[in-house]
Amino acid sequence: MSKQYETVIGLEVHVELATKTKIFCSCSTEFGGAPNTHTCPVCTGMPGSLPVLNKQVVEYAIAVGLATNCTITQNCKFDRKNYFYPDNPQNYQISQLYLPICRNGSVEIETEAGKKSIGIHEIHMEEDAGKLIHDDWDDCSLVDFNRSGVPLIEIVSEPDMRSAEEVIAYLDKLRLIIQYLGASDCKLNEGSMRADVNLSVREVGATEFGTRTEMKNLNSFKAIARAIEAERERQIDLIESGEQVIQETRRWDDTKEYSYAMRSKEDAQDYRYFPDPDLVPVVISDAWLEDIRSRQPELRDEKMERYAKEYGIPEYDISIITNSKHLADIFEETVAICNNPKKVSNWLMVETMRLLKEHDMDPEDIRFSPANLAKLIHLTETKAINSSVAKEVFEQIFAENIDPEQYVEEKGLKTVNDEGALRSTIEKIVEANPQSVEDYRNGKKKAIGFLVGQTMKEMKGKADPGMINQILTEILEQ
Amino acid sequence: MANIISDETIEYVGILAKLELSPEEKEQAKKDMGSMLDYIDKLNELDTSNVEPMSHVFPVQNVFREDVVVNGDDRENILKNAPEQKDGSFQVPKTVE
Repeated sequence: MSKQYETVIGLEVHVELATKTKIFCSCSTEFGGAPNTHTCPVCTGMPGSLPVLNKQVVEYAIAVGLATNCTITQNCKFDRKNYFYPDNPQNYQISQLYLPICRNGSVEIETEAGKKSIGIHEIHMEEDAGKLIHDDWDDCSLVDFNRSGVPLIEIVSEPDMRSAEEVIAYLDKLRLIIQYLGASDCKLNEGSMRADVNLSVREVGATEFGTRTEMKNLNSFKAIARAIEAERERQIDLIESGEQVIQETRRWDDTKEYSYAMRSKEDAQDYRYFPDPDLVPVVISDAWLEDIRSRQPELRDEKMERYAKEYGIPEYDISIITNSKHLADIFEETVAICNNPKKVSNWLMVETMRLLKEHDMDPEDIRFSPANLAKLIHLTETKAINSSVAKEVFEQIFAENIDPEQYVEEKGLKTVNDEGALRSTIEKIVEANPQSVEDYRNGKKKAIGFLVGQTMKEMKGKADPGMINQILTEILEQ
Repeated sequence: MANIISDETIEYVGILAKLELSPEEKEQAKKDMGSMLDYIDKLNELDTSNVEPMSHVFPVQNVFREDVVVNGDDRENILKNAPEQKDGSFQVPKTVE
């Protein structure tokens, strides 16, 4: 019988914090500026410049630490990690090695197999590097330091995960916690959340860990799942054929579904960390800690419980709506205006989800205002428009956040509630379709559907189907 | 001198520091580093078991900045420090991982 293997996985997750300025200087962190327009002597590593810590970075790091059950290191400091690379202008990255701000935490994940606790070894604060663009024309590289100094936290897990499913559940848990705290938007595909996977395999029952590799360049949940599967297979193949797994950093190529060892820069692992003399220690008093604790917002688990109690909507809807902080905010604000949680939930669950999927968007990308959704719900509740018109109007709200009242007025989409006009249209339709009328009178009650459709067409969709039905039945039964 | 620095060590430190040393400079560096380590050994003779590790020379803590954008676009001045520049960027020898 062939041997059974177990996969052991730990994660290093980098999260870009949602501060307005960089970690050690007052440059903007805004994404997408022209190269080097958000730079200064500090974030380009000019001699003599002095870093000054952004207080908000410390507060976000503490908030994430508290939400992940960590112990906060009340006396912490920064260290220099030394290496040479053109994206790193100081020739060191300011990070935390000896006294990281958070330690010994955990989060609970849920998979098909049930609940499980994943340990968090530490969370530390550090700065991001610049961006290198390779210029093939001049055979050189161009450095843009706009991202240099953007604040990051690195969340290091314990090697507690055993499958891709657990890894994804863990990442999703972190994403939700951090999004709810407002500490980052956590977008894997845009790089504001990055995960490096440390993976080893061992025979089931073994107590020692195998040799691990570190996998980089994982930009989606799907890429992470594929990379984990491929690396597990690769390591098992090596072991089965009597070879050794080498401890190395590998880069995942998701289009080829293959990873390769990154050329180890000469002695790159010898970072010669030492305390950064430019930065004074950070002392976090009990009072400061309590202040941050008291300002912690409602997190997802609490929100789910409250929704079930307050709004009486199905558990499944609650889980989808609260799966995005932004969507939950839209839900709550809309309900606050129109006081109709079931209808709001319905618009979010059905039409919003359909349009998001159609446009390949995330709930975070939704731009319509709760006020406009509330107005649309009011229009349907008062039967000013019928449901198919409402869907059409909603598409406009979703796309351009139009004011539905104004839009309906301008386009003349209001339901015709003039019974006289509707009755004369129906009489015309009845006259023009003697066959359907005869079918109906001979007992084929379904024939009414065709007549309703024809009337609706004639009314250009602006009629209340209930009213058509009622008048039609009346005429046919005569 | 109690600490003897080997050729391998000085080569390695040179690589880490991106320094190319002539044979004479290497010999001098070996001597300098050896005497530095001797000095550290001397310091190590002190009993520091009851002394808190010092993390900074000044008795100062919690120097913070509020999260407010102050710096504007100063690219022109920043790029004056670039040995070479192109397209608003620092130009460096081609570097690929």
